[in-house]
Amino acid sequence: MGILSSSTSVVRYRVNGKIKEPLLDTIAHGLIKHRISEIDNNSEDKTSGWTSFKNPYLADFSGSSFIYDPYVVFSLRIDKKSIPPKTIQKQYVTEISRRLANNDRTYISRHEKKEIKDRIITSLGMRIPATPNIYDVIWFPEKSTLWFFSTLKSANEEVESLFLKSFSLSIIRLFPYTQAFYMEGFSDREKDKLNNLSPSNFAASRINDRLSDNDFGPAGGGTRESPSE
Amino acid sequence: MLDISVAYSRFRFIGQEFLTWLWYLISTGGYTDILDKDSNISLALGDRMVLENRHSKDIEIITIKGTQADMKEGVVALTKGALVAELGLVIHVDDQPWKLILKGENLGMTNLKTPATGHPETAEDLEGAVLEKAYLYETAFNITEQLYYTFIKQRISNDWDNQIKTNIKNWIKK
Repeated sequence: MGILSSSTSVVRYRVNGKIKEPLLDTIAHGLIKHRISEIDNNSEDKTSGWTSFKNPYLADFSGSSFIYDPYVVFSLRIDKKSIPPKTIQKQYVTEISRRLANNDRTYISRHEKKEIKDRIITSLGMRIPATPNIYDVIWFPEKSTLWFFSTLKSANEEVESLFLKSFSLSIIRLFPYTQAFYMEGFSDREKDKLNNLSPSNFAASRINDRLSDNDFGPAGGGTRESPSE
Repeated sequence: MLDISVAYSRFRFIGQEFLTWLWYLISTGGYTDILDKDSNISLALGDRMVLENRHSKDIEIITIKGTQADMKEGVVALTKGALVAELGLVIHVDDQPWKLILKGENLGMTNLKTPATGHPETAEDLEGAVLEKAYLYETAFNITEQLYYTFIKQRISNDWDNQIKTNIKNWIKK
């Protein structure tokens, strides 16, 4: 579901502020500083960072390979290890049984049980490879816009926070209010009007009679329209 | 500017009203006055529409799917106070098709399909392929932005209450 896919999903952002010059160096520095690190041979269960669009499994940003003039193109990679709960349970029960039998005990304390479980999760985490998820980014510095190729909430939250850390610039998602607010061609008076909009009602008049007795719409505190409208 | 998270939920209805207005515009052909006349652009409904009615006690969701889908059920939902929450849209520019689903809540685009492009065979082809795709995405974004700009201009004008809203209501009644 990336840039070159036949079908994709995209969320648009506005980049707030100006990037530090020289542009290429600042972008390269941010990408390299926060590039993805491998967790396959350690106990971490999740990692995220930038990677190359060209080869997302090798986070190489050398030679300005992220420049597709006028765009900057790279990817966000989120690697997660997921250990099947049944695998943990199998090893946990086996270990509990072994300890009880070996030491001729009748019970194991809650503290010891937790310690066993944690050790099993750490040990399995070292052996299970992380699953990578890759989300492409197109950044257009000249227009202060960024397109992120996923509508997944968690991926969008990750790109927003990582972008800020990497380039000291915030990105603002263009949803109905922000898109209208940042569009050129609106006076301050018009923006005030935007801030005070309340829902319209297109329902048929008979329905309006019924609706006028109900709470109106999701805007919370929105003005009701009279049934005669 | 209002706080982002407050604005997101408070003005959620704007996106849904935009999609409802867009459906009206497509049905009446009114969009031709808005879009760049030098380009040969036409709009049509896609094969998916989701309507949401928040006026009843429980939120009512109506989903219409399929290429032969009858939108009458959608119109009935509008008469009961529903708004369009997701709209399948087909854009043709000089007979080249773009297909997408626009979400009212956040203006996110899913199932976005641009006109077909060639697959890059070599690393050298990759840059050209990315630039071509970026251009095609930008074409779709520009058209939806142009429509959204016009909607917002109308929505905050006096014409909205005096004329446009009545026009939409009359279209729903027909």
